[in-house]
Amino acid sequence: MLVTEEKPIKEVLGVLEADKRVFIVGCAGCPEGWATGGPEKVAALAEQLTAKGKEVVGTTMIDFLCNKALVGLRLARCLEALKAADALLVSSCGIGVQATAAMVDRPCHPVLNTISSAGFQGLWPSSERCQQCGECVLSYTAGICPITTCAKHLLNGSCGGSHQGTCEVEKNRPCGWYRIYDRLKALGKLDDYKKLMAIRDFGKLDLPMKHRSTIRWALETKQF
Amino acid sequence: MSRLQQELEAGRFVVTGEVGPPKGIDTHELDHELEHLKGRVVAINVTDIQSAVMRLGSLVVSEYLVRKGFEPVFQLTCRDRNRLALQTELISAAWVGIENVLCLTGDHQVLGDHKGAKGVFDLDSVSLLQTVNLLNSGKDLAGNGLQGAPKLFPGAVVAPGLEPMEPQVLKFEKKVAAGARFFQTQALYDPRQLEAFMRKVEHLKVPVLAGIVLLKNVGMARFMNANVAGVFVPDHLIKEMADCPRKRLKQKSAEIGGRLVKEMKGMCQGIHLMPLGWTDIVPDVLGHAGLA
Repeated sequence: MLVTEEKPIKEVLGVLEADKRVFIVGCAGCPEGWATGGPEKVAALAEQLTAKGKEVVGTTMIDFLCNKALVGLRLARCLEALKAADALLVSSCGIGVQATAAMVDRPCHPVLNTISSAGFQGLWPSSERCQQCGECVLSYTAGICPITTCAKHLLNGSCGGSHQGTCEVEKNRPCGWYRIYDRLKALGKLDDYKKLMAIRDFGKLDLPMKHRSTIRWALETKQF
Repeated sequence: MSRLQQELEAGRFVVTGEVGPPKGIDTHELDHELEHLKGRVVAINVTDIQSAVMRLGSLVVSEYLVRKGFEPVFQLTCRDRNRLALQTELISAAWVGIENVLCLTGDHQVLGDHKGAKGVFDLDSVSLLQTVNLLNSGKDLAGNGLQGAPKLFPGAVVAPGLEPMEPQVLKFEKKVAAGARFFQTQALYDPRQLEAFMRKVEHLKVPVLAGIVLLKNVGMARFMNANVAGVFVPDHLIKEMADCPRKRLKQKSAEIGGRLVKEMKGMCQGIHLMPLGWTDIVPDVLGHAGLA
């Protein structure tokens, strides 16, 4: 099970900026088990957003957002509500946010940070990867993770080795920041490219003792 | 204040040069290279573990330049050091009299001779620029005060030849916002690339020095075309080198370099010459360019 924590509501409202109509996608997998997500949390988030003047045009729960094929299938059922949305909020690990962002042409923002479990990846990852950095930046990077797609894990845009969409490290490797640029452009959000990102807290990659002893057995030991 | 900073802020045209520290501790060649640059350039870049090939360090060689009366541009990359080491190198540089610092992300380690090395990239070129300005203000990245703040003059790099150009322009803007006070470009062989790029960034009013790598032979030109992102040597220059007798190659290189400088000097505020060891022809390059 992946461990997540909720981002402060202030941060979530901050990334939504002027976007008024919001669709919420919740993962019924790990976040529900860890009680950072799940139907109750998604309903509570919808209420908070409504109280702050946002319009929640729809919500849906999907079992395991890391399964991109399933995400596409299930989101197709919500097409009308999705079309009405300015942005999506995604309650899942970093893979779920990226899988959702890959399926829709709307900005997708994480509402959770994925906490390090020292290497364990999502249950069903496709091409998306999450390093569990604990400071999810997918809001500013068009739902594509710069940490796992860029060979240098850069946060501030492509380096001098990115040419014609490919990385200097491997001839057939797409430049993560080129993909981010491309999708930001399509979303009309190129200004996000210019955001000066805060330097990372690498301390978050070290698995804290409280998680070290509980991650594997969380479902068994957590009091519901 | 460094001479480079004075000249650039006065709006004057500048020429900078470059030396690469040797792989080992014999610096005789370096001394020869420096002799030819004496009085010809305002400042000399000292590359930092260039192309990720292990060599003598850029900090100590920059300090060596200071002791010998040259003004260095201390290059610093983020590939090999975390934020503790980077900040320490920056204040150490200031302490030994180094004033100019060029902030780079650094080539990926797989391009070099220690492919299994751990790439650090704790910071990147943008956050390194922010760090220099923070240290200048008397604070470090942890928010702690410094006992004596440096006065470093931070610069950055840009590669106008990379495609597409738009992300390069966005990153240029980002580097300016992070505090870059001057730019040196990746090697350019087509003045039109510089012209097109300058049109996108000249409103930002930050001095740009066009980078010229002196061509040594046809093989080198072809190698760069195949392997160095954003560097493109046009066919007509390759042909010019190919048609040149071997013993006249250095003169030809100076001619081509001088011509490129001449074509580009009106488009930007300076030229950054990267002779890759051939500093002996730098006076000729400047002569051909009408800058001697």
